Amino acid sequence: MGEDSTNMPTQTPTALTEWTAWLRPDGRKGIRNLVLVIYTVECARFVAHEIARNEQDTQVIGFSGCYDNAYAIRLMLALARHPNVGAVLSVGLGCEYTQPGKIAEVVRDSGRPAEHFFIQDLGGTRKSIQQGKELVAKLRDDIRLRFRRVSMTPGDLVVGCECGGSDGTSGLAGNPVVGAFFDKLVDAGGTAIFEEIVEMIGLKQVMHDRAASPEAAAALDAAYEKALSYCQSVRQYSTSPGNFAGGLTTIEEKSMGAFAKSGHRPIQGVIKVAEQPPEPGLWLLDSVPDPHFMQFGYTNPNDTEGLMDLIAAGSHVILFVTGRGSVIGSPVAPLIKITGNAQTYQRMIEDMDFDASPVLHGEATIEQRADALMQEIVSVASGMASKPEKLGHREYFIMYKHQDTPGLKEGCRA
Amino acid sequence: MGILQMEKKTKAIQIHCDDNVATLIDDLPSPGAVSILGGVGARDVIGTVSIQAGHKVALMRIAEGQPVMKFGIPIGRATRTIEPGQWVHLHNLISSHDERSGTLDLNTGVPTDSAYR
Repeated sequence: MGEDSTNMPTQTPTALTEWTAWLRPDGRKGIRNLVLVIYTVECARFVAHEIARNEQDTQVIGFSGCYDNAYAIRLMLALARHPNVGAVLSVGLGCEYTQPGKIAEVVRDSGRPAEHFFIQDLGGTRKSIQQGKELVAKLRDDIRLRFRRVSMTPGDLVVGCECGGSDGTSGLAGNPVVGAFFDKLVDAGGTAIFEEIVEMIGLKQVMHDRAASPEAAAALDAAYEKALSYCQSVRQYSTSPGNFAGGLTTIEEKSMGAFAKSGHRPIQGVIKVAEQPPEPGLWLLDSVPDPHFMQFGYTNPNDTEGLMDLIAAGSHVILFVTGRGSVIGSPVAPLIKITGNAQTYQRMIEDMDFDASPVLHGEATIEQRADALMQEIVSVASGMASKPEKLGHREYFIMYKHQDTPGLKEGCRA
Repeated sequence: MGILQMEKKTKAIQIHCDDNVATLIDDLPSPGAVSILGGVGARDVIGTVSIQAGHKVALMRIAEGQPVMKFGIPIGRATRTIEPGQWVHLHNLISSHDERSGTLDLNTGVPTDSAYR
């Protein structure tokens, strides 16, 4: 589907504990070396995708709105400077508020090559696709040699996790196995990120008791209260018909099953979308909109939106736990799909990467499956394509939203 | 009990000792015994209806208005008295937060309060 693994990292003989990665100027290490094509309005979407079609190691993200949005720009800039990204081509139509030239400038400031153009300036679809493909080829050649290859170990990894299409097995097998893996990752010096505060409704005390410090406890309490107030005002809790059909009855029940993915280590604090965890350990990602006069933005309108937030936090690899089954993938960071439902795993085996169900049937312990998951993640980090990568899934979703982020600059609008 | 017999019987997991429900990991195709694992120890309850894997069975009598406990926390409250062995779902358990959970179709979970017109 337009990509192969010729530009993937090479595995070392001791593949399961150490592999080679690309060192970026900010010191972070990348497990892929991608050219990212970014479009700045829906009108440029088709051209951007045509540029990337059949190009190796080239992926697409973009923002549909013509009027710009600080949140969306921050999100795109975090993705553009993700450790797995080596270069960026930004493509606009020419009328829109969001400026491809500004995006390219910020990317160049990060020590990566970047190009941009407006479709109107180049004279339309065909000329833009041709020019775009030439620029992608040039950028790809550039980044093959630009970044030094260095050793990477599990302690360098940032891994994000969310769940979707949950059923009664998610809280019993899928999420607990991820939780045990997160414990191992944190113990190895790595960074684990979980999200979906709206799926922690009913768990205020449980979360509070996991805080690593009084500051973290206050941040968790504040994030909880905001999420609860949000759910009350929109009258929407994070449950869906598939959850109920799968045996989950209430948001509290789903919450506790979802929270199991956080494992047992102390929670260091709360980050917002497009922020990076300031130090290793376990972190909660808050993607719930902050109060704003226009009230726009649902918290996670679909699974892909949440995955984008985890990638923007710097996750090298992202995990998606499902009970009912899912076929999504992701750009920038490979997605690994996990289920605790043996029937789902067998029925959708071409899409599901990892089966956590043996823990339900006495065939393996949670610890054993967590070790196996670590090996799966290290294999993907060292260059093996995950199933969504192989199938060509690169879903993305960037929306209008508002978050107060005092720690961040206002992106392109500053 | 032999291993072969164990494998035939529908199993359910009680996650926490304080729980008054267990989660089925196999389908219970018709009313009958469910083998409860975990929690306060192995024993059976008699399921009163067919129950799908992933769904919950009551381990004890839960009076109307009382909390339904899973993972050691209240996941909502009983909207009618639930007897041991009964299926616990949208018809007898409601969220303490999400008022809409009482309006969903019992079998599909699909909302019944949305207008398509």
